[in-house]
Amino acid sequence: MFVFIIRRMLQMIPVVLGVILVVFLIMQMVPGDPAVLLAGESATKEQVAQLREQLGLNQPLYMQYFEYVKNVATGDLGTSVRSGRPVAEEIFTRLPVTVELAFWSIIVTTVLGLLAGIISATKQYSISDISIMIVALLGVSLPNFWLGLMLILGFAVNFQIFPVSGWGSFMHVVLPAITLGTAGAAIVARMTRSSMLEVISQDYIRTAKAKGVKQTYIVYKHALKNALIPVITVVGLQFGALLGGTVLTESVFAINGLGRLIIDAIRMRDLPVVQGSILVVSILFVIVNMFVDIAYRLLNKRVDLN
Amino acid sequence: MSQSAVQVKGEAKKGVLKRSSKVERWLHVYKQLKKNKMAVVGAWIVAFYFLVALLAPIIAPYDPLQIDLVNKLQGPSWEHWMGTDDKGRDILSRVIYGSQLSLAVGSVSVLIGAVLGVMLGLIAGYYGKLIDTVIMRFIDILLAFPGILLALAIISALGPSLINVMIAVGIFSVPTFARIVRGSMLSEKKKEYVDAIRALGASDFHIIVVHILPNIFSPIIVQGTLRLATAILTAAGLSFLGMGAQPPSPEWGAMLSDGRNFLWTAPHIATFPGLAIAFIVLGLNLFGDGLRDALDPRSKK
Repeated sequence: MFVFIIRRMLQMIPVVLGVILVVFLIMQMVPGDPAVLLAGESATKEQVAQLREQLGLNQPLYMQYFEYVKNVATGDLGTSVRSGRPVAEEIFTRLPVTVELAFWSIIVTTVLGLLAGIISATKQYSISDISIMIVALLGVSLPNFWLGLMLILGFAVNFQIFPVSGWGSFMHVVLPAITLGTAGAAIVARMTRSSMLEVISQDYIRTAKAKGVKQTYIVYKHALKNALIPVITVVGLQFGALLGGTVLTESVFAINGLGRLIIDAIRMRDLPVVQGSILVVSILFVIVNMFVDIAYRLLNKRVDLN
Repeated sequence: MSQSAVQVKGEAKKGVLKRSSKVERWLHVYKQLKKNKMAVVGAWIVAFYFLVALLAPIIAPYDPLQIDLVNKLQGPSWEHWMGTDDKGRDILSRVIYGSQLSLAVGSVSVLIGAVLGVMLGLIAGYYGKLIDTVIMRFIDILLAFPGILLALAIISALGPSLINVMIAVGIFSVPTFARIVRGSMLSEKKKEYVDAIRALGASDFHIIVVHILPNIFSPIIVQGTLRLATAILTAAGLSFLGMGAQPPSPEWGAMLSDGRNFLWTAPHIATFPGLAIAFIVLGLNLFGDGLRDALDPRSKK
């Protein structure tokens, strides 16, 4: 197991380097000379040349990439074109908000998804099963930014239970977390249902039933434990979609997180901030994926034995 | 009857058999699809949207760009079934014309993703070894970008526009196609007919494109349908963020973005474009799921 964890951690390195490479290459697609863009239109030729030298833009591409990797590794993500502050500083003041939003959303995804999936599976083809599956289908199809607007309309405009926008108290978290977590919950519910149904049909569950073990005990003690294993991978994958989704949710609820930072930076052509933010969120996702893989391995010991 | 005539007849029969078995296969798929009520509902929804997009100039009651400030921000009425927006434009007409944009943007981006992804998947699966490792590691890296962030990164470099949304969403779809095609290729290339054709001296290109590709086409079609749903959703999301369609274009995501400023006074502006997105995505998901069950009985639970 220990070897597996070490190996899994080492596997992250090339992926992270690759992510940095892709972001680096995408930024090379920006039309125009970055030095001219940075220096501004009023800059003289000498100033532009000086800036180009300073930024290392005269060096070959692969040298620029190595330089960039070295900077990222030391936490230097460049300077914001607009505010003049270090990009890393801008990102880390916003990051906690986005992490908190993602945390509550993944709770919604997991708890709601698991509950719905278990109810569906234990009462297959009942009214509750059918309605849950229909709601789940809608949940996957709704655009989450629209769901967010409708939740605001329902619970902040018509019934003024929750605040319309902003961040700070627990009441602020509820609507954004539901907005962001619903699509994932729908997917987790469908996955839990099919996974549970598969486990329930197995011999050892039938044996337990024949022995007269209570239904709830069977469901929670025997079936759920094994049905959860494939669900974990799905939750892990959903976390990625969710991190990306924070961009939309933060925009709908006017939350000053990393997602909004990205959008504002794209609008203002503040490319170092865009580059840095996307990099940080992606690396976060790579790390979360590693933990998911390790958790999967820990729970699924049978794979090890074989 | 001479022996050669018998032989020719036999071969002709084989040809007929081969063709009819293909037709039968599709008939079978069609029957399976028809049995699946959800898939039929999905197919009707999708067909309805394509019809609306095609007939938009005929069925739209108003010009989607016609500004009419006197009648702005009106709720649904007999004159304007879905009401009017902040510039007095008819929302129904805009939603109808929006179907053209969404279906076109979705289809083009899925096509871009499919062509690139299928190519990478075919090459990786067929040649294996180092080529496979390099391509699939590259795909892993693309998958390491959470959700729409890769698309956003591309748009941040190319600049906001619908064309760039198509490119960005297309690249965002590459990994799914590449993985599925590679998987199918790995099992398909081991089959005897591939060895036989190679022994006859066919080139790799010929083997891959003429012989293997048609045999692994069904998972590509299924994925294409399901990805179209994701692509429409993603493109609308990008336009909502102001990264895609620019005003006054009647794009659903952009309309939603306009509508959020009027949630208090005219909530219908944001409601209808959202419903339009939700239903086409639902239809494509239902149809795609049904198609998968019909084409690949193994995946059926």
